[in-house]
Amino acid sequence: MSEDKAKKDAVAEIETAELAGDENKIADGKNTIDRVNAPAASEDQVVSSTQAHETGSGSVSTMDPDGPAPVKMGERRGMFGSSLGSDTSGYGGLVQPLLFPGASERPYGGYFDEVADRLLEVLGDRHDDAVIRLVIDRGEMTLHVRPEHLRLVAQHLRDDAGLRFEMCSGVSGVNYPEEAGSELHAVYHFLSITHASRRLRVEVVCSDDDPRIPSIVDIYPAANWHERETFDMFGIVFEGHPALTRILMPDDWPGHPQRKDYPLGGIPVEYKGATIPAPNERRSYT
Amino acid sequence: MATHTENTATQDLYGDDEVGAVFTAGGGDWDQVVEDIAAVGEERIVVNMGPQHPSTHGVLRLILELDGETVREARAGIGYLHTGIEKNMEYRTWVQGTTFCTRMDYLTPIFNETAYCLGIEKLLGITDQIPQRANDIRVLTMELNRIGSHAIALGTGGLELGATTVMTVCFRERERLLRFFEAVTGLRMNHAYVRPGGVSQDVPAGALDMLEDELVDLKRGMREIESLLLENPVLRGRTVDVGHLSLAGCMALGITGPILRSTGLPHDLRKSDPYCGYETYDFDVITRDSMDAYGRLCIRIDEMWESIKISEQAIARLRASEGEPVMVADKKIAWPAQLSVGADGQGNSLDHIRKIMGESMESLIHHFKLVTEGFRVPPGQAYVAIESPKGELAVHVVSDGGTRPYRAHFRDPSFNNLQAASVLSEGGLVADVIVAVASIDPVMGGVDR
Repeated sequence: MSEDKAKKDAVAEIETAELAGDENKIADGKNTIDRVNAPAASEDQVVSSTQAHETGSGSVSTMDPDGPAPVKMGERRGMFGSSLGSDTSGYGGLVQPLLFPGASERPYGGYFDEVADRLLEVLGDRHDDAVIRLVIDRGEMTLHVRPEHLRLVAQHLRDDAGLRFEMCSGVSGVNYPEEAGSELHAVYHFLSITHASRRLRVEVVCSDDDPRIPSIVDIYPAANWHERETFDMFGIVFEGHPALTRILMPDDWPGHPQRKDYPLGGIPVEYKGATIPAPNERRSYT
Repeated sequence: MATHTENTATQDLYGDDEVGAVFTAGGGDWDQVVEDIAAVGEERIVVNMGPQHPSTHGVLRLILELDGETVREARAGIGYLHTGIEKNMEYRTWVQGTTFCTRMDYLTPIFNETAYCLGIEKLLGITDQIPQRANDIRVLTMELNRIGSHAIALGTGGLELGATTVMTVCFRERERLLRFFEAVTGLRMNHAYVRPGGVSQDVPAGALDMLEDELVDLKRGMREIESLLLENPVLRGRTVDVGHLSLAGCMALGITGPILRSTGLPHDLRKSDPYCGYETYDFDVITRDSMDAYGRLCIRIDEMWESIKISEQAIARLRASEGEPVMVADKKIAWPAQLSVGADGQGNSLDHIRKIMGESMESLIHHFKLVTEGFRVPPGQAYVAIESPKGELAVHVVSDGGTRPYRAHFRDPSFNNLQAASVLSEGGLVADVIVAVASIDPVMGGVDR
């Protein structure tokens, strides 16, 4: 069987599988490789995620092909995300990059330009140091900020009349284990009531080995419990927090439950000798 | 029995030197405890209120440092109701997540579901495709839910002050709404009714008539609540100028909802950042400028009247849009079956069963794939905030392009607002701590998640 023929077969098979309501549209046929069946497939031939994740008629062009390059946050393997060998579709070897929206280009639209201009103005020379990239996606603005400049940015966000994000709505953590060197993300949500409910998201990353991010509690006291929760759930140490202790889990709890490597259940509990089977011994839902 | 240990350790759990006398009350031994404390001759004591205290709104633990009757320092200890809902949601499909999140703040289930579904819809980019009727049903159920939540806030608040009648009246009125919810969703609480793309099923025949009848009674009940509470000298004495928090304090602590509006700032996400078509409804944002527990109580009562007003508008719209779809048209996202009530209870509609089992193999495959595997959501993140009865309820959802949430974080208003428990109560009397906490109206299911 020639390589081209194999690829065509693979595409045909995918299209058949699609009939069954799977909106994972794998349209980019020439890059589609079934690693198990197709001979001589090179490692970097993968399905373009741009097309792979469009959803039916409700598709969103969050990543338009002419737009900025997306950011790779990891990889998805197989067709259904199962790692237990239960994926019998023949597409268990499929590798798709996990692409998140990348840096946006001007004009950003809406109030985003105004916020970006003002930030540039108040941060001056330090702007390029502090802001890694600015992403506009789904009508929301995300500012990726280097941890060492987080406090500077937060101070300006609160105090500058042109920005005036007077409220920090919360902090939430996200764990991307495959993103080497920046596995842990702390995501801050700011709200400006002065400027008619403008919202801004600030994302700061740190690594698993050195999970430290400066605390903004003295700038935004509202972040106090939110930072404690993010510490509790992800193990991000917010340096300078007045009392960084666990908030939801017991004080002596080992591990940080919301990390991706932390299992769901399987943890011994102190309740009348009750036990929960480890995840690999239970029925799997994947 | 009361046990009294004096200076048993030189260091406490947190490494602080010098531990004072420790008293453990076992119930029914208060005289003994008081006697023992008096014998020590120390006015400054630390009291652990909760986590199993009837007036702390669930399993909330308050650690109070008292100087006589005055609260010098107050700290809230939470986490006793942590259920790992956010973690669990990462192991279920996007649709199954509604069943989890509805149980977080169990007094505002419809709000939890709506916030979560709006987040998914934003990620999918289908916000504009949600049918008008589905949005009107969401608004109607949310507003009724707001009345129910405020009724609990007033009722348990009254109960905590020692007035059982307030509780019985408020629960009686809330029951009217629960009857409607049961007729529409099948459940009194934890509905899982709002789904990504719309709602799980249309309002059944007769439910709107039933609701209109109930609303007539509800208005009468509301007037009863008003006359019972608003001019009651005891209640006024307990709540006026208690639990003071200024606008600056609210901003610093990220406080939203009735507490923020009690400072006179008309901040309401339904007006400032409308969703589900709230911009087309006629209602007012209620404010007070007393910054105290009494002001918050008045705001809640007036907001219930506003909710009734919105509900009536929504009912009129639902009557006009009878028979229109309540789920997004995209068959790759929409739940394949509508529920119906049969002789043996509620279940999938028989028409749908006939179609997938007897007529169309493809429909069966489609149903199977969508229900077991779920739909895929394009990678990215979204933050959606709605105005829950307690303040800004927001969801931060992250998708990796899979059929399950990569991360779903809920910014529960109670979690954030409970941070104000110390500033609201420090410097006041012990009895005022109860009033201050009641005016925050925290629900621990939402706080701890």
